[in-house]
Amino acid sequence: MAENMSVVINVNGAGRAVSVEPRKTLADAIREDLGLTGTHLGCEHGVCGACTILLDGEVVRSCLMLAVQADGAEITTIEGIADGDDLHPMQSAFSEYHGLQCGFCTPGMILAGIDVVSRNPDPSPQEIREEMGGNICRCTGYQKIVESVQAAAAVMSAEGGSA
Amino acid sequence: MKPAVFDYSAPESIAEALDLLAEHGSGAKVLAGGQSLVPMLNFRLARPAHLIDVNGVDSLSYISANGSLRIGAMTRLTAIGESGDVAGAHPVIPAAVAQIGHRAIRNRGTIGGSVAHNDPAAELPAVLMALDAEVTARSVDGERVIGMQDLIEDRLFETTLGDTELLTEIRIPAAAAGSTFGFQEFARRHGDFALAGVAAVITTDGSTITQAALGAFGGTHATRLPTAEAALVGAETGDAAFAAAGAGAAADFPATSDVHGTAEYRSHLINVLTVRALNDAAGQAGGGNG
Ligand SMILES: Cc1cc2nc3c(=O)[nH]c(=O)nc-3n(C[C@H](O)[C@H](O)[C@H](O)COP(=O)(O)OP(=O)(O)OC[C@H]3O[C@@H](n4cnc5c(N)ncnc54)[C@H](O)[C@@H]3O)c2cc1C
Ligand code: FES
Ligand code: FES
Repeated sequence: MAENMSVVINVNGAGRAVSVEPRKTLADAIREDLGLTGTHLGCEHGVCGACTILLDGEVVRSCLMLAVQADGAEITTIEGIADGDDLHPMQSAFSEYHGLQCGFCTPGMILAGIDVVSRNPDPSPQEIREEMGGNICRCTGYQKIVESVQAAAAVMSAEGGSA
Repeated sequence: MKPAVFDYSAPESIAEALDLLAEHGSGAKVLAGGQSLVPMLNFRLARPAHLIDVNGVDSLSYISANGSLRIGAMTRLTAIGESGDVAGAHPVIPAAVAQIGHRAIRNRGTIGGSVAHNDPAAELPAVLMALDAEVTARSVDGERVIGMQDLIEDRLFETTLGDTELLTEIRIPAAAAGSTFGFQEFARRHGDFALAGVAAVITTDGSTITQAALGAFGGTHATRLPTAEAALVGAETGDAAFAAAGAGAAADFPATSDVHGTAEYRSHLINVLTVRALNDAAGQAGGGNG
């Protein structure tokens, strides 16, 4: 076993120190060391999008990074987007428009959706489908996810692009 | 824990990275964007004893358009796809980058990683071949400049880079005045690796084609399409020449069968995609690409 390394990550606005083996993926560190189990792991090789987080504001696959690579970075997980009990508009829209069934893909979908809207405040259904093609859902058939992202986009633009 | 045990170093300069490569040689792997290597680590298909993470080497990340276009190996695909300098110099590059995986993949994946990994279905090795690009490789013993053809030969998932060499830069000569391009690929799903694809860059003198460079991917390895190019140079743009080039492309293409499609199907695809790409390129002629 290689020696543990200490890493400081700014997670959802708070600095957290963890001690991890270099081979530990960021996704595993988020779940096991930071205790934030909202980040889900489906494929663990980059194809399903369930583990999507924001790294310094950009969407990435947390299963394809090592935790040691996030030293000094700022990450946002699904736990970090609500304001206390006030859900993020993307979360509210998924709830209201039935953008989820089992919920396994949902954390990744919501972060990917926020990313799409942050770059394109008024995405068309086609644009949402193309941009979110990297996130797989086995339940909904996607229609309701697309509707949720569109509805959230309208709210987010009205609020002035809150992320 | 998914990956097997490895030692980890994160050099901050090229010199430090080269020293580590010299020290660890074939037991070491360079970690760039990790979008191909980390899946292989997670599956334990790759079990390097030592990982040299070059994400902290800032001097490997740049785009410089001054005569030739120079792109540092660690430049992320998103940055390349969004660069006005790249689009101005070689608009075929952003057209190809847009087809690579998804945003989350492009935010981490790098041009150097894409070239060094040399997946036969990857867009960039074939596109860079068509653009006559060269790469710079450095080691503690010095620097080499290698043409894309010599880097890839007919290899897949490896290149002619040595174990102790670091790919540092991709250099692409300026486009011929008035050249236009077409880029076409076919994938089952947007963002998936393509079953076949082609980049075509042509230059015309009025209606006669004076230069043609075609690079194809999705076969057993990235390749130029010399029979298709020969069918184009000296010919008038139009259906006859493009059909001949399509047939030439199918003859040149190293098609292979797998679960996603047969070799026959892929050869047919490359024929059709070549004709489409050439029509796209011809459609831009006159309008110019700046
Ligand atoms: C879901 C998914 C979909 C994808 N779809 C596509 C697609 O459609 N088209 C496509 O082309 N790619 C696709 N990719 C792959 C992606 O583009 C990778 O980013 C790329 O192939 C490798 O780049 P990287 O920077 O991530 O390299 P890494 O994964 O870090 O490294 C890949 C290999 O290159 C070596 N290497 C990297 N940099 C250097 C260097 N500077 N010098 C020497 N050796 C080096 C590494 O040691 C390793 O062996 C996809 C990946 C995923 C996960
Ligand atoms: S678990 Fe990371 S993409 Fe599937
Ligand atoms: S809601 Fe079940 S996988 Fe998407």
